[in-house]
Amino acid sequence: MTSRVFHRIQLPPVSVMIAGIVLVVILLLAIFTPLIAPIDPRNVSSYSLVDMEIPPVFMDGGDPRFLLGTDNQGRDLVSVILFGLRISILIGVGAVLLAASIGVALGSIAGYFGGIIDTVVMRVADVLVSFPTILVALLVSGIARAQLGPETVSTWAPVILILAIAVNEWVQYARTVRGSSMVEISRDYVRAAKVIGLPSGRIILRHILPNVMSSVMVIATLNLAGAILTEATLSFLGAGMPATYPSLGTLIRIGNEFLFSGLWWIAVMPAAVLVVLVLAVNVVGDYLRDRFNPKLMTN
Amino acid sequence: MIKIVSARLLQAVLVMVAVTAVAFVMFRFVGDPVSMMVREGASQAEKDALRVALGLDKSLAVQFGEFVWRVLHGNLGTSLRYQQPVTELLIARLPATLELVIVATILSLALGIPLGIISALKPNGILSRLIQSVTLIGVSMPTFVTGLLLILVFAVNLRWLPSSGRGDVVDLGFWQTGFLTASGLKSLILPSITLALFQLTLIMRLVRSEMIDVLSSDYIRFAFARGLSRRHIYGRLALRNTLMPVITVTGLQIGQLIAFAIVTETVFQWPGMGLLFTNAVGFPDIPVLAAYLLFVGLMFVLINMIVDVLYTFVDPRLRTKQ
Amino acid sequence: MENATPPVLDIRNLRVEYPLANGTLLVAVNDVDLTIQPGEIHALVGESGAGKTTVGNALMGLLQAPGRIASGSITIDGKPIDIRTGRTAGIVPGRDVGAIFQDPMTSLNPLFTVESQLCEGMLTHLKIGRREARARALELMKAVSIPEPERRLGSYPHQLSGGQRQRVVIATALACGPRLIVADEPTTALDVSVQAQILKLIRDLADERRVGVLLVTHNMGVVAEIADRVTIMQNGCLVESGLARDVLTAPKAPYARTLIAAVPPIDTRLERLPIPSEATRATLDAREAVRAKNTNTVAGRNGEAALTVRDLCVEYGQSSFMPGRKTSVFKAVKNVSFEVRRGEIFGLVGESGCGKTTVANTIAGLVKQSSGTIDFQGTSLAARREKSVRQSLQMVFQDPYSALNPRLRINAAIAEPILFYRLASNSAEARLDAETLLEAVGLPIEAGARFAHAFSGGQRQRIAIARSLGPRPSLLICDEPTSALDVSVQAQILNLLKDLRDLAGLSMLFISHDLAVIRQMCDRVAVMKAGEIVELADTETLFSAPAHDYTSELLRLAPSLDRILSREGRKATV
Repeated sequence: MTSRVFHRIQLPPVSVMIAGIVLVVILLLAIFTPLIAPIDPRNVSSYSLVDMEIPPVFMDGGDPRFLLGTDNQGRDLVSVILFGLRISILIGVGAVLLAASIGVALGSIAGYFGGIIDTVVMRVADVLVSFPTILVALLVSGIARAQLGPETVSTWAPVILILAIAVNEWVQYARTVRGSSMVEISRDYVRAAKVIGLPSGRIILRHILPNVMSSVMVIATLNLAGAILTEATLSFLGAGMPATYPSLGTLIRIGNEFLFSGLWWIAVMPAAVLVVLVLAVNVVGDYLRDRFNPKLMTN
Repeated sequence: MIKIVSARLLQAVLVMVAVTAVAFVMFRFVGDPVSMMVREGASQAEKDALRVALGLDKSLAVQFGEFVWRVLHGNLGTSLRYQQPVTELLIARLPATLELVIVATILSLALGIPLGIISALKPNGILSRLIQSVTLIGVSMPTFVTGLLLILVFAVNLRWLPSSGRGDVVDLGFWQTGFLTASGLKSLILPSITLALFQLTLIMRLVRSEMIDVLSSDYIRFAFARGLSRRHIYGRLALRNTLMPVITVTGLQIGQLIAFAIVTETVFQWPGMGLLFTNAVGFPDIPVLAAYLLFVGLMFVLINMIVDVLYTFVDPRLRTKQ
Repeated sequence: MENATPPVLDIRNLRVEYPLANGTLLVAVNDVDLTIQPGEIHALVGESGAGKTTVGNALMGLLQAPGRIASGSITIDGKPIDIRTGRTAGIVPGRDVGAIFQDPMTSLNPLFTVESQLCEGMLTHLKIGRREARARALELMKAVSIPEPERRLGSYPHQLSGGQRQRVVIATALACGPRLIVADEPTTALDVSVQAQILKLIRDLADERRVGVLLVTHNMGVVAEIADRVTIMQNGCLVESGLARDVLTAPKAPYARTLIAAVPPIDTRLERLPIPSEATRATLDAREAVRAKNTNTVAGRNGEAALTVRDLCVEYGQSSFMPGRKTSVFKAVKNVSFEVRRGEIFGLVGESGCGKTTVANTIAGLVKQSSGTIDFQGTSLAARREKSVRQSLQMVFQDPYSALNPRLRINAAIAEPILFYRLASNSAEARLDAETLLEAVGLPIEAGARFAHAFSGGQRQRIAIARSLGPRPSLLICDEPTSALDVSVQAQILNLLKDLRDLAGLSMLFISHDLAVIRQMCDRVAVMKAGEIVELADTETLFSAPAHDYTSELLRLAPSLDRILSREGRKATV
């Protein structure tokens, strides 16, 4: 059957483009936060209790100085959220990069060489995958707290969180890369490369990995959404970023206490930003998956 | 068949050994168990005595052996926070978590499978697109945000449902159930919806993707060529082929469900094992954490085996020899 | 000739279109006429893209959107099909038209028993109860000659062999007593011996039950075996139609002639297959350049051995969890010995699973041998080999669609081995070499800048061949290099390989399951069965006077065009 492949550049659907733009905007906001944010929440003198508990500007009692309202300490929510957004993205991206590096390396080696290396890596992966990331991350966090003490954990929170999340996430990269590698290895161009006499390292790097990377990109994007959510959950549960350097999850936790007193915006605003961010990443990730590899089922 | 069973058993043993080893390491090395257990200002002599009493002066292998022995006898240590045996704590809170998880699973399957099928049959229809959009949002919202939103709407504003706790429970001896009281059932609604939501979107996506695969397969095409009715093809043939992998994945998802139960229970202050775990992380109450790890490992292993057995019943390729 | 009974199938001026996403219109079937009488087997033949499968789909109502029947008429048993819905009042697929698809493994639902799938159709279309359906199912199983029919009713598809599965599929097609059966490549996925049986079954059933069969295929041998009439299609259009005997022995239309000429004959050996030559000036110049670079000496066809294989054994063990203990051992290759002489093409032929591919893979170094020796260029080959040895031994594989790295430009793919073996001093020179090779295989220089997906199967195979010549090997292993290609393309590639063999002084190990191809290409042949060589001889000797029973059997069963002349006369159906 002749396959007529039309390789024109097709524009993605509108929803995906909007999501892409949203992502870019968020990214820019996060990068330029110190310049944009009206106040610096870490600077105690930049806010005062006089302004506390002001609702968002579109409600009664709102103040145009504080677009999204203020919290119980008088801090402008826009600023607080921007800084929180920054750290959320940072940890999410960091976790994905770490997990992807470990996973791709292990997965391609396991897939290419097979045998005992493959068995070992896959057994470890099997054990890890039975535990949900949140659980493992919480455990790591708890262990860190017990071993290092709360002050150290506070200072090193971003690093600990990145590790805690990556420790379980690398598995999906490894599995996918291994699976794809094995598929590519069975293809004749890899067998041809072997017969030609090219060394293994070269075959992996030059022939197999480039063909596998598209799957990795798809997973990484969807993984980013998951990593951000995991970090937010950890912070919400009190095992993540501390209140002194809050991420969006921490902010929601703090705001949770004020839900019943009617100060809903302190929790809802950061939550809304979080959802928008994750939604945008998911939309783009889904589109990438459908375009490049519809068979990929990611968690 | 024997090969599959023995492979599974081996994996089960591996997992349990790994998990037990990690739990042991946690118990023994994380933090200093002695300092954590002894009172403030204890003398070195008292610490040493405690050390011997805890058996911490013996060789590592012996300690591990003793640990395994204790675990097999149901002794999971003492909670540092509550000063009670961890096993008791877990068992006391098990019914709460299990009831929540069961209701959530039923909800997600009852809604997820039909919705998944609908969106697969007419992949580009309006209903399907709507379902897809809602799914997308559902996956993008963390469980605690969903919970908070539900609390905000139904508990704070409308005051229809309680925002925390389990309501009244009926004590059946070994099991305290919330199913039999009005307040118990009311308290169950919001948390179970919250817990079900994530699982629901996952099942929907899975069913949809599997069904689309099945519908494009040769044997379905062959069935059309034989003029069989649409209802027969979709209802009996396609469904059966689709549901098989769904069973497996759903089973394996139980692990995820346990994890998200942690969050849901925390948001709703639901007195189950999840809430216990969250509090243990903050303390940090190492024995509880380690015990939870063992519990989850055991759950995973058990469920995997059940799923495998189920699979062999359903898939004739595994049942019979070539 | 007027007939009292109406034709089972009458297609007139059929036109099937696919409106494409970019606004253009793809005409898959253009003004095709076809008539089938009861009891007639009518073959619809063509290469890929000819539109033959589309015709079959159209009359079964299986056209996939956005395809539609634009104009024309299809009448089944006197009742016309409504071209808008693809169905007719009174004509029901399954009941009046039966279908046989190519791959029985995927046609049958793995989760349901044979009985349930046989009865499904009957319960739906015929007003009968379960018990009667089961009785009929048993009848059908006997009619298609399945051994132990009673027991097999309760089996699942994976418990049956390929041939048995296809028999079940045929039984399902016949279940409701249809007047017409559409068989789309019914034997392509089967072994040669099984193929012959299935074809005979179809022939007998057509005769006994007076059903018309539309046999869609690309294999001329199959046509010669059982078809009464044949219609040849190309690019959606009808090229020639008539009695099978007439069309196959004396085709009139130019395309038909080319197509028939491209089929490798099994009864004689030709120097080259008689298709139009495609050698341009550039091609010939490039080939001269290749000849000039050739450092292999061809000391006549009876010279020394280029490759000697002695007592080669390859075993696959299934290791249990305890290392060192193998639970079961599968001997893929048992004590195989042969030699490939310089400049000759040595053939390995056999059915699937006989071990010929394993032998090729072992010699190529992809699989480890369990015991035995392979001598090549004075050294003994093991899985680990020296660079110079690897350079001299290259391979061309079966599937052109996976043979090229989708991310490399063609130039880069061909130049890579040249650079690796330092046969060019820099990348610019390597690129020039690559371009020369491209032209030598009949592709333009511009092809080098493109990616694999821009090329057809035949073109990709040419590129793969060019790539294998880069390191200037002395031995080329060809593992079913044309099995996945159309007949005319196959002929071109086979001619190309012969030309290159002369130019580059290659010795070749040629693997195939197709006896006709082997006869055309090889000087000497070894026949393999179940891991062993059962006969080894000169091609002429093997084909004219086979020594071993298995060889005779294979020759007897191999479908070939000549079959058309030796078929016994039968009652004229037209």
